[in-house]
Amino acid sequence: MHSNELFLKDVAGFLGGYYAAIAIMNGIAALILWQRKHQPVWAVIWTTFACVMMVLGSLALSGSEATVPSLPESVRNLVNTLSGPVNYTVGTTVLLVGFFVYRKFFVQPMVAWSLFNVALLLMGLSMADQNFALIVMKADNVPIVGLVFLLAFFTWVATKQAVVNDERMLRGEPPIEKVNDEKVLVWPDLVYTELICMIAVTAFLLAWAILLPAPLEEPASSVKTPNPSKAPWYFLGLQEMLVYFDPWYAGVVLPSLVIFGLMALPYIDFNKKGNGYYTIAERKFAYLTFQFGFLELWITLIILGTFLRGPNWNFFGPFEYWSPYKVEVLNNVDLPQMFWIGLFDRPLPLAAADSPWYVQIGTILLREAPGLILVGAYLVLLPPLMAVTIFRRYYAKMGLIRYMVMANLMLLMLSLPLKMILRWTVNLKYIVSIPEISLNF
Amino acid sequence: MAIGETIRNSQIWKSIFRHPMPLDRRNRIVVMLTNFFLHLHPVSIKKQGIALSFTWCMGGVTFFLFLVETVTGVLLMFYYRPTLEWAYNDILALRDVTSLGILRELHRWGAHAMVITTWLHMYRVFLTGSYKPPREFNWVIGVILLLLTLLLSFTGYLLPWDQLAIWAITVGSNMARATPLLGYEGPGQQLLTIGGLDMITDGSDARFGLLGARFVGEETLNRFYVLHCIAIPLAVALLLAIHFWRVRKDGGISGPL
Repeated sequence: MHSNELFLKDVAGFLGGYYAAIAIMNGIAALILWQRKHQPVWAVIWTTFACVMMVLGSLALSGSEATVPSLPESVRNLVNTLSGPVNYTVGTTVLLVGFFVYRKFFVQPMVAWSLFNVALLLMGLSMADQNFALIVMKADNVPIVGLVFLLAFFTWVATKQAVVNDERMLRGEPPIEKVNDEKVLVWPDLVYTELICMIAVTAFLLAWAILLPAPLEEPASSVKTPNPSKAPWYFLGLQEMLVYFDPWYAGVVLPSLVIFGLMALPYIDFNKKGNGYYTIAERKFAYLTFQFGFLELWITLIILGTFLRGPNWNFFGPFEYWSPYKVEVLNNVDLPQMFWIGLFDRPLPLAAADSPWYVQIGTILLREAPGLILVGAYLVLLPPLMAVTIFRRYYAKMGLIRYMVMANLMLLMLSLPLKMILRWTVNLKYIVSIPEISLNF
Repeated sequence: MAIGETIRNSQIWKSIFRHPMPLDRRNRIVVMLTNFFLHLHPVSIKKQGIALSFTWCMGGVTFFLFLVETVTGVLLMFYYRPTLEWAYNDILALRDVTSLGILRELHRWGAHAMVITTWLHMYRVFLTGSYKPPREFNWVIGVILLLLTLLLSFTGYLLPWDQLAIWAITVGSNMARATPLLGYEGPGQQLLTIGGLDMITDGSDARFGLLGARFVGEETLNRFYVLHCIAIPLAVALLLAIHFWRVRKDGGISGPL
């Protein structure tokens, strides 16, 4: 408790400034809404909100436990109990799907602005929690907080224009970008925009550099392993995949496939529509596949790996203390064991040590038969099967090679969520496990 | 005014800028054609192509951050020595002693920002379908630039030589140990033997090639320093030139046909 008071004294100044910034931001928004957009009701709402933020800010400045606005202990405990890899993944998926399905509702400026404010408020309230602040305010983690807000903002910018364009095109009108296609001179219209951008970025970077010192820990020591040891934040999605796959797949093959898949993208996407303007309706499949890979598999896993994985790579709730003594039960089983021992109640096939090489290999293949057949069916049988069923139209348009590249990239990308689900539901560790050549999948 | 007039009429000024101030239409066109830095741009452009809501300006910001990283990086190189003896102490001194030690903050936060703006730029290019023909190959160059940006950031991460640095690089580079066939803990490396001798050991595998040693040590620091300051920036500069050139040659900024 005592340390909590010291902590609150420490963050009081920051929180005060934080709430004041939200208040000023909403004050400006209210002014614009009132004078330019003639929406007095919303102006009043955001003025009121700004006043509340000012009150919260002054309360936060007190720095005492009784008054600093924070989430109730019970709520924090509830969030901690509810959060885990499964709920986190399912939750973010439901959230993103919800945003997508009801995008017409969510892109309305006032809805988006409300959500933004709720997020900022929750962030401020959470920041009064010592465990939360410790992780989120870690110098190298600050960019990820920025990334999350920037991504939310730009996704909104893009979706808003896509919604408008999709509605226009439904009415037979060209996209809004087409309307605006008169030509202007680059000097002054573009050069000045660039100049202003450069000055803005410089100012922003200077402010960031002055306010937040770059991290510098103890001198390097190859004998003192920190717990947890984490890669730089942009690789933490990959590190999170290590929970489900061995390093050769999660750390080498899948990243290479991400790069290869991105490069292959323009050659796979045969859809001629949606070139040069925001649209979702005209390229739903490409849009959803990309967003699944980027927002769901790349970004949410980075957030999970950075903020919610603590010592021993155990999962910790956002308000949970990162105890190195937390123990998680690991009772994962390989598929061959499930098959031979669990299903047939007999030992794994094992060749005698002195048997000839073909017997040894044959026995390994027999032992791993269920997994090999499954993986084989997934990668070899599924693509042609899909070509004559759900992807028939695609196959006809793409031709064999392009279709096969697309289908295999899709299946390999889906191998991650599939493995996650198998781990969570039946505690599956490896589908194929051949330790003889260090091949576990 | 008179001084300004005199300067603009001097032989020196006229030798640098071979045309009057870009105040009228004709000279605004001439300035784009005669200035080396401006000639990357076209003379005129579609209005929607420079709308911030369309471009987000993220490609430009990424390039600007690359320039910021180059300038701050060169200045930091004057100060920082990539050896076990000095690396950490030099960074420490940048924090505590050196005036303008803030260059390190600018460099580090600029690097993080550059990773983020690269992603946002690609996000925009995807969402507007701007990778579609005729711009397919420029997207491919962009993906390589993304990879190089991440590698720049990754190699730079080691240089402060603190706990954060070496363990992040250790965790990251341990992946190379598991490269199929070429990592000594990777699947299939057992198959690469000649007369019972392993070809892939911890002293000859992919990770060793990356680190220059069996673990993150002085050789790694040197290797990452050279990659970070010379090899990767040169590659990035070349690819950036191609990237920008292709933007023009593939029809300028994308827009509806």
